[in-house]
Amino acid sequence: MRDAALKRDSFIKRNLTIIAPTLVFIVFFIIGGILFRNFFTLRVLLNLLTNNAFLGLAAVGMTVVIISGGIDLSVGAVISTTAMVIAVLDRSGVAAPLAIAIAILFATGLGFLMGLMIQYFEAPPFIVTLAGMFFARGLGYVLSLSSIPVKGPFYHAMSTAGLRFEGGAKLTVPAMIFLFVVLVTWYLLKYTKFGRTCYAMGGNEQSAFLMGLPVPRTKVLIYTFSGFCSGIGGLVYVFFTLSGYGLAAIGLELQAIAAVVIGGTLLTGGFGSVIGTLMGVGIRGTIQTFITFQGELNVYWTPIFVGLLLFLFILLQKAFVAGTKLGK
Amino acid sequence: MNKQLQQGGDFSARLAAGIKSIQWPLIALGMILLFNLIFTEGFFEISIQNGRLVGSLMDLLKRAAPRLIVALGMTLVIATGGIDISVGSIAAIAGALAVLVIRGGDITYLATQDTSTVSILLVILVALSAAAVCGLFNGLLVSVVKIQPIVATLILMVTGRGMAMLFTGGYVLNYDHPGYKSLGVGDWLGLPIPIYIAIFILIVLAVLTNRTPLGLLIQSTGGNETASRYSGTNTTLVRILVYVIAGVCSGVAGIIFTADVQSADAAFIGLWIELEAILAVVIGGTSMAGGRYSLAGTVVGALIIQTLITTLLTRAVPVQFTLIFQAAVVVVVLMLQSPRVKEMTFKRRARKEASTHA
Repeated sequence: MRDAALKRDSFIKRNLTIIAPTLVFIVFFIIGGILFRNFFTLRVLLNLLTNNAFLGLAAVGMTVVIISGGIDLSVGAVISTTAMVIAVLDRSGVAAPLAIAIAILFATGLGFLMGLMIQYFEAPPFIVTLAGMFFARGLGYVLSLSSIPVKGPFYHAMSTAGLRFEGGAKLTVPAMIFLFVVLVTWYLLKYTKFGRTCYAMGGNEQSAFLMGLPVPRTKVLIYTFSGFCSGIGGLVYVFFTLSGYGLAAIGLELQAIAAVVIGGTLLTGGFGSVIGTLMGVGIRGTIQTFITFQGELNVYWTPIFVGLLLFLFILLQKAFVAGTKLGK
Repeated sequence: MNKQLQQGGDFSARLAAGIKSIQWPLIALGMILLFNLIFTEGFFEISIQNGRLVGSLMDLLKRAAPRLIVALGMTLVIATGGIDISVGSIAAIAGALAVLVIRGGDITYLATQDTSTVSILLVILVALSAAAVCGLFNGLLVSVVKIQPIVATLILMVTGRGMAMLFTGGYVLNYDHPGYKSLGVGDWLGLPIPIYIAIFILIVLAVLTNRTPLGLLIQSTGGNETASRYSGTNTTLVRILVYVIAGVCSGVAGIIFTADVQSADAAFIGLWIELEAILAVVIGGTSMAGGRYSLAGTVVGALIIQTLITTLLTRAVPVQFTLIFQAAVVVVVLMLQSPRVKEMTFKRRARKEASTHA
């Protein structure tokens, strides 16, 4: 019996960073249900997924980067520019599959180049991805300074398609793509050599290297993957808004980092999960929905609440790390 | 007499050493200026209109001033091995609060405003105190709670802009206050006031770090925190202090921004200034790892960025290309600073020397 208790303890401890955000999300959602009519519905839950899909996709890539001990500040700019590339190609009559392929190739290629710079010039990820952000934003502005509507029939079909449920709930294409990428990334992190190398690098890069893990290759791959996720995010942005806009998603990188941290991933690297990030995105979205439902509070309360929650979770992480001696 | 000479020699030697330590940024700045001297017509022309100096150079210096102020504060933070990404939000808070005080707390959009008679000292005091409190919050999180600086300041970056938006009710608030306005658009002896403010802050920080032990303590904290703590440095206090300085510097920039456009738009005051400031610091040769810094380098770094932007604008390169150019500058600087490239150049130099000896 003591063994069972111990086992349970260690299970909770191992998965605390998933359990804590999940509980917070559930509690928030129930509070919303008590406070507001029509809140505790499948419709609100699925809308949460749709509205936060492109932020969520960036946060998924960011999770992998942060677990490996890095950071990627380019995600917002890459989303906006990918959408912009699709919009411009659509305007000049390029078929949807080709346009999407080119746009995502751009996003992935930029991630690859940033990974190369970080690995081979030993430059800090913070600065390299900052330059990547400037570059992507600049490219977006060069393509067009105003918002470009997307008119292709494929995009319109994608933006209205989805699985409908009763009560007006709908699982949209952006939501499906988001959930699919979350699942794939969860598998990658948990069951592949790539995933294990990510965690090892975040724990201690030098030890990971000395253990014979392919650190250089993985590092380049991590930023490539993050670029790819943001590229998909850009595609989802097009489905969601049917437009491309160079000023879109400003500051999204910081919201993504906040969602990752609230989702229980340690910013020092080596510990975390993409399921937690899914919950972090959900918590952030729920706060926003609260404010919409409440109706009287200013929208500017959203960043304040998110910031406070971020603060709280960082303090919790601190206590957790001190308690388990995970820290260095 | 002899002693005086010696001091003079000491000074010129120190000056030479100082210049040598920032020779690369200086050469880069010189090259951009030389390019303009040859190819950009009228870049160095300065005329006098209504008793003030007018020209591309004046415009450049005026625009560089608030960014330089933020970058100077950032230099000290980076010197302790930290980073502060909340400076833009702190500028927004300070600017929004200042305008709020001028308007007597009235946030009615487009309300007709009488000329405000609020004391300018009170306005500045409120704005800078708020900025100092923000810096104190960052400093406590980093040094006492021991959160990594980028994360600790991320909190205020996310929250701060929301607070600034609340202060202004989300509106672009205009005001009428000649005294406050002059901090942004005024001039004295032909030069714009923001330039004097930037020079004043540069002098204060230079004296603070060169004439008191603070500079040394900052360097030792950034170089090796454990060792400096064992040797008796109160590293906690040093860290708090640099974040407070960075906060106040951002507050000053927020005041200049809102005085310059005679309104407060909380969504845009100081947006992205953290990135420009970090860029200026890195270009100026301060190491991101901490322990080694140069205020003079940061001045040159900020001037390089602003000169580059002004050059592009005066040469009629569309505004949207400036970000790409900035990205290119970062990439070039990073490559020059990278250990791999240094190793390669050293090897080549060593080989050359070996061949000449042989």
